[in-house]
Amino acid sequence: MSIETAETAPEPASKIELPAHVGGGGEIPTFDVTLRVRRYNPEVSEEATWEDFQVTMFGTDRVLDALHKIKWEQDGSLSFRRSCAHGVCGSDAMRINGRNRLACKTLVKDLDTKKPITVEPIKGLPVEKDLIVDMEPFFQSYREIMPFLVNKGHEPTKERLQSAEERARFDDTTKCILCAACTSSCPVFWTDGQYFGPAAIVNAHRFIFDSRDDAGDMRLEILNDKEGVWRCRTTFNCTDACPRGIQVTQAIAEVKQAILARSI
Amino acid sequence: MASNVIAAPRSASMKYNRNKGGGSKFEMFAWLFMRLSGVVLVVLIFGHLFVNLMVGQGVHAIDFGFVAGKWASPFWQVWDLLMLWLAMLHGTNGVRTIINDYAEKDGTRMVLKTVLYIAALVIVVLGTLVIFTFNPCPLDASGVPLPGGFCGK
Repeated sequence: MSIETAETAPEPASKIELPAHVGGGGEIPTFDVTLRVRRYNPEVSEEATWEDFQVTMFGTDRVLDALHKIKWEQDGSLSFRRSCAHGVCGSDAMRINGRNRLACKTLVKDLDTKKPITVEPIKGLPVEKDLIVDMEPFFQSYREIMPFLVNKGHEPTKERLQSAEERARFDDTTKCILCAACTSSCPVFWTDGQYFGPAAIVNAHRFIFDSRDDAGDMRLEILNDKEGVWRCRTTFNCTDACPRGIQVTQAIAEVKQAILARSI
Repeated sequence: MASNVIAAPRSASMKYNRNKGGGSKFEMFAWLFMRLSGVVLVVLIFGHLFVNLMVGQGVHAIDFGFVAGKWASPFWQVWDLLMLWLAMLHGTNGVRTIINDYAEKDGTRMVLKTVLYIAALVIVVLGTLVIFTFNPCPLDASGVPLPGGFCGK
């Protein structure tokens, strides 16, 4: 990946010449693509079925745009979650071509458009309708690790100070948007949903290694459970799935080490 | 109005409340044991393979007498005992985690783990007995040393 800086860029962005086949008026090439969506409606059938939709998309379109197009123009009953549509709210995690991704961060042109693009709900959580799953088990694990600052002593009269190094210690895990892409990519979670899951551990990590927080021991005790960090098999599915690029498996390993260091 | 409230969908196969672990540190020690025993086993197993297959006449020297000769020394008794116990516990714990990960019902889990623990126990007890009660000079029914024995010449 090369990011052009002011020094390396040959010319300012406004002067970049467009290739001849791209028209001057912001014309973007289009292509036809098939979306194979996993449909489920418990009021009609207990069985989920695949349904194909043909859509014409632009090179700048994301999978979410394709789903919008289907919902708005072809089948209004297609159900999926999305809120901000810009990769921050974490609502539209789904399994696209067998991988957990955010529909709003996946460009259609980056997928193999010659074959149908499969879109399924994330695995391991009960499906409610089409691409919508019941997130309750996921958020329950999240609540159990106490994802809030716990501080002993008196409340300071000014802000709680922290050095840049202390902040950097847990910077990676602050990026979590709770989309459940990691937890629902974890084979251990798929079995019975009892494992805390990577997302809960990542959010525990964010407070355990925060110098301002005093409840690290309590969180480590919670994650020392038989359904806690020791069920992690380091398959790295979570790290691969994270749309924010968090080193999830490494965060879990750091929590394991913290529990060991505290116990032995 | 109240009749319009739709209950949140709940999947029958999903347990919404986590079983309480009871604050046991067993999983932590099991995890740690896997790492430590793994490192020790690498040394023990490759040492075992090297001595049995490479040193001297190598693989051609292995017979009843060779094993008897090794087990005459307390060093190899302890080596093999350690290898047996660590490998069995390491392997049993590995299969235990696989059962935990793949069995979907508590009943299946319990049955599989019971079979596993019985099998492991039988092998460990039997192996330990063999190492400590090994007789290098076995006799046949009439009291004559059997051929191939370590001290039957």
